Amino acid sequence: MKDTPLSNCERDFLLKAIEEKKRLDGRQTYDYRNIKLRFGADYGCCIVDLGKTRVMAQVSCELVTPKESRPNEGILFFNLELSPMASPAFELGRSSELLVKLNRQLERCLRNSHCIDTESLCVVSGEKVWQIRVDVHMLNHDGNLMDATSIAAIAALSHFKRPDVGVQGDQVTVYSPEERNPIALSIYHMPICVSLSFFQQGTYLLVDPCEREERVMDGLLMITMNKHREICSIQSSGGIMLLKEQAMTEITDLIMRALENDKKTRKEGGKCGFAEYMPLARITVNTTDDTSVDMTGPVVVISDSEDEEDVVILHPETL
Amino acid sequence: MESCLKGRVGEVLLPGDVFRLARTETTISLSDPEPDPLRTQKVVCGPGLRRDGDHVVVSCKSGVLKHKQPNMYWVDSQQRRYVPAKGESVIGIITAKSGDVFKVDVGGSEQASLSYLAFEGATKRNRPNVQVGDLVYAQLIIANKDMEPELVCIDSSGRANGMGVFGAGGLLFKVSLGLVRRLLTPQNEIVKGLEKLFPCELVLGMNGRVWVRAATVQKTLIVANLLESSENMTAQQRPILFKRVADGNLQIKKEGGRERDMESE
Repeated sequence: MKDTPLSNCERDFLLKAIEEKKRLDGRQTYDYRNIKLRFGADYGCCIVDLGKTRVMAQVSCELVTPKESRPNEGILFFNLELSPMASPAFELGRSSELLVKLNRQLERCLRNSHCIDTESLCVVSGEKVWQIRVDVHMLNHDGNLMDATSIAAIAALSHFKRPDVGVQGDQVTVYSPEERNPIALSIYHMPICVSLSFFQQGTYLLVDPCEREERVMDGLLMITMNKHREICSIQSSGGIMLLKEQAMTEITDLIMRALENDKKTRKEGGKCGFAEYMPLARITVNTTDDTSVDMTGPVVVISDSEDEEDVVILHPETL
Repeated sequence: MESCLKGRVGEVLLPGDVFRLARTETTISLSDPEPDPLRTQKVVCGPGLRRDGDHVVVSCKSGVLKHKQPNMYWVDSQQRRYVPAKGESVIGIITAKSGDVFKVDVGGSEQASLSYLAFEGATKRNRPNVQVGDLVYAQLIIANKDMEPELVCIDSSGRANGMGVFGAGGLLFKVSLGLVRRLLTPQNEIVKGLEKLFPCELVLGMNGRVWVRAATVQKTLIVANLLESSENMTAQQRPILFKRVADGNLQIKKEGGRERDMESE
């Protein structure tokens, strides 16, 4: 199905609002939307909410023979799905340009930055290594899928635990979680992707564009950084290159806190998983996230404008 | 049948919920002069309810069961996908000009067509000035599941009657169909509250699209956000929020955020 077209009036309004340093949801230029992290009952499952954008990542592992060129390194595999659930414009089973772009960026973000120790995934050199598979599913698309994807993927990888293995002679035993505690992956650092969008040939710059902002932007710059202020990758499409350094310590902290929380509840034997986090997701219980709207503009003229006109509703009688 | 529906008014229904007639008696006794009271009870099924066979009503949407005297029942759902219905006024976006019709996106499964002659004062010589991407407020005259929907921007007497191209300088956004229906009810509380707050123009399409324009960009954004958030607020919470906006201190909203998690109306 085709996507809803963007009307001229929306485009004009958005650009005008950006010129006045206003955004649709009341954010400032460098404000991120609210990020929410939730972990599933199983290890390695994570749902990330970035405003209304929602992405789920699931990590799984498998014993495979390694690549011949790298006999003692584990394999990282990324799989992204753009399901029609996220947006009617997405089609299942077809690799669109966006999907390829996201997949490539995620690979650059997590594999090429060497944030995961792949050598520790080797079981028997040249014969058996762990393949870590990251499946990322888009559940709702409201712009900035890349940032949500990178957060979900790294959080799920940090949460994931693989089964322990023992090697005796040429016999490899995979122990179940009951026999031996599963082992977490060794992660050196957490690369987080930050998207910056440009408007009016780079005059205006916004962090974390929402869906409608993405549709009117001129260019996009995706920077992957970790909390040590190291840049892992930069990708720009369209527009003019501009650099804006931003420390991503806050997001990393958030992931660490969420992981810490999850670990604690698991230790205490409490309930965990999505079921616990979404107890109120019933039809009659709907919530809207708070948006703080900037009221500092020239708003305080309510008194003198009251006589101009009242609310006009266009709804003619039915014929 | 009616009694079993009546008992669940106000409850949440899920797709697949089935209502059965209490007594499934199909034979008519000719000797009995009095008609069976159960047979004479007719039920009008609104959106979300469907008759299946003789005695079963299946709900095909999730939502709250509503009732209107004497025997109308429907499911009030939080749907956002629009299904064109004849006679409804919608906001459409022109997507293409082809020959003598415009293709208009109304949010349905198929694009609607709008003849260029269906504008006020339009003739074969005098074509209306409509560009791709423009917004039109139009009425559906054909809405059939097997046919392409068709729009017009004039009423039966050839007048625009508020319809036509519009939209300069305002903001278009999407809300749920239920909220639009609520806003369109006469003497609606939300609209009344807005009236007191800012003077603004509001166009409500039955397809869930809402267009607002206020004096400034800032005010337009505030009105849009207010409308979006009023969907999930109760009648008690709304005046509090509106008062806060009038006082110009929305930032404090953060504290009382959890209150709004209560059920919507």
